[in-house]
Amino acid sequence: MANINAYEGPADAGFGDYVALLKPRVMSLVVFTAFVGLWIAPQPVNPFVAFCAVLFIALGGGASGALNMWYDADIDAVMRRTAGRPVPAGRVTPQEALGLGIALSGLSVMMLGLAANWFAAGFLAFTIFFYAVIYTIWLKRSTPQNIVIGGAAGAFPPMIGWACATGGVSIESLLMFALIFFWTPPHFWALALFMNDDYSKAGVPMLTVTHGRKVTRRHIFAYTLVLAPFAIWLGFTSVGGPLYLAVSVVLNALFILGGWRILCRDEEQAQADGYRVEKRYFRLSLYYTFLHFLALLLQHWVGGW
Amino acid sequence: MLQRVEHELHRRRRSRNIGLLVVLLAFVVLVFGLSVVKITQGDMMQGYDHRPRASMLPRDPNPPAPNAGPVAAPGTPAAAGGPDAAAGGQP
Repeated sequence: MANINAYEGPADAGFGDYVALLKPRVMSLVVFTAFVGLWIAPQPVNPFVAFCAVLFIALGGGASGALNMWYDADIDAVMRRTAGRPVPAGRVTPQEALGLGIALSGLSVMMLGLAANWFAAGFLAFTIFFYAVIYTIWLKRSTPQNIVIGGAAGAFPPMIGWACATGGVSIESLLMFALIFFWTPPHFWALALFMNDDYSKAGVPMLTVTHGRKVTRRHIFAYTLVLAPFAIWLGFTSVGGPLYLAVSVVLNALFILGGWRILCRDEEQAQADGYRVEKRYFRLSLYYTFLHFLALLLQHWVGGW
Repeated sequence: MLQRVEHELHRRRRSRNIGLLVVLLAFVVLVFGLSVVKITQGDMMQGYDHRPRASMLPRDPNPPAPNAGPVAAPGTPAAAGGPDAAAGGQP
């Protein structure tokens, strides 16, 4: 007798699996930075339009996440951190992920154009293309500078938010871009220092694998030095102010100090204490962006220069 | 025989269906809300249709004064009835 309990095909995906395809944790950063970019812009935006714009920017980010999971299913299956994602776990087929990614890309770009303006929509389309094609398909597997390129995709959301309000680009939005762009490499390289075997098993050319840990430590420190002037420069623009500047100076001093400590260690010391300094630096880097953008928001609230 | 066994598969399918329902309803609310906001704000809702229209031009801050002595079109009752008729047809 036919019994529905005998069904042994691929598991049907639940709703949560489709949500997981959109990388909700990456989305939270996109939502926050895009919202700050939109809210601190000089032109006021209707709160409901602002809500919709941020939502569609996040949806576009989610769409590129789904496209990334479609293309990277083979890598994700090998790495411990990502083996549980819906596609490598077999709950969602790669074709479904591709379809969802393309459909949500089109929808988010169209709706952002209707809700805000077409410049911002074009910008969002470019960001999705950049992350899915230029980063995921092309550069991620071919150059150890992949993190730097991927960082650019993550740095666009505040610029898109700013473009939603102003319809263009300005020095403030470029500096917000630079803040995330130069922050991303040290953030991920610190992670790679204590998650190394994962990336080498998957064959992704991380800097730690291709050039060694000594070079990676030097790169982390160099990027913290490059990052600081951009972060502080933002404090002297129209969106900055004494509050932001104070927060930024303290955070950058801590970040450079952390980078210096990482530079001064070698592998034996790091292994001896279980990568304590690297892990602490990684946690600091999470606070670094969050507090910078929070400071921008508060500065806007109390009034700038 | 009718099967009434609840399989885990059904639970997942239901979660998917309900999730999609919520998403679609939320989308309807969103588009409706956006329409209300855009209309009450008085945003330009008409696109450029390859042909200039007076309604697309920005409002003139100093509009020309209304014509003091309008000229009636020939052959209309206003043209036949003299200055009073030309001013509006009232006796």
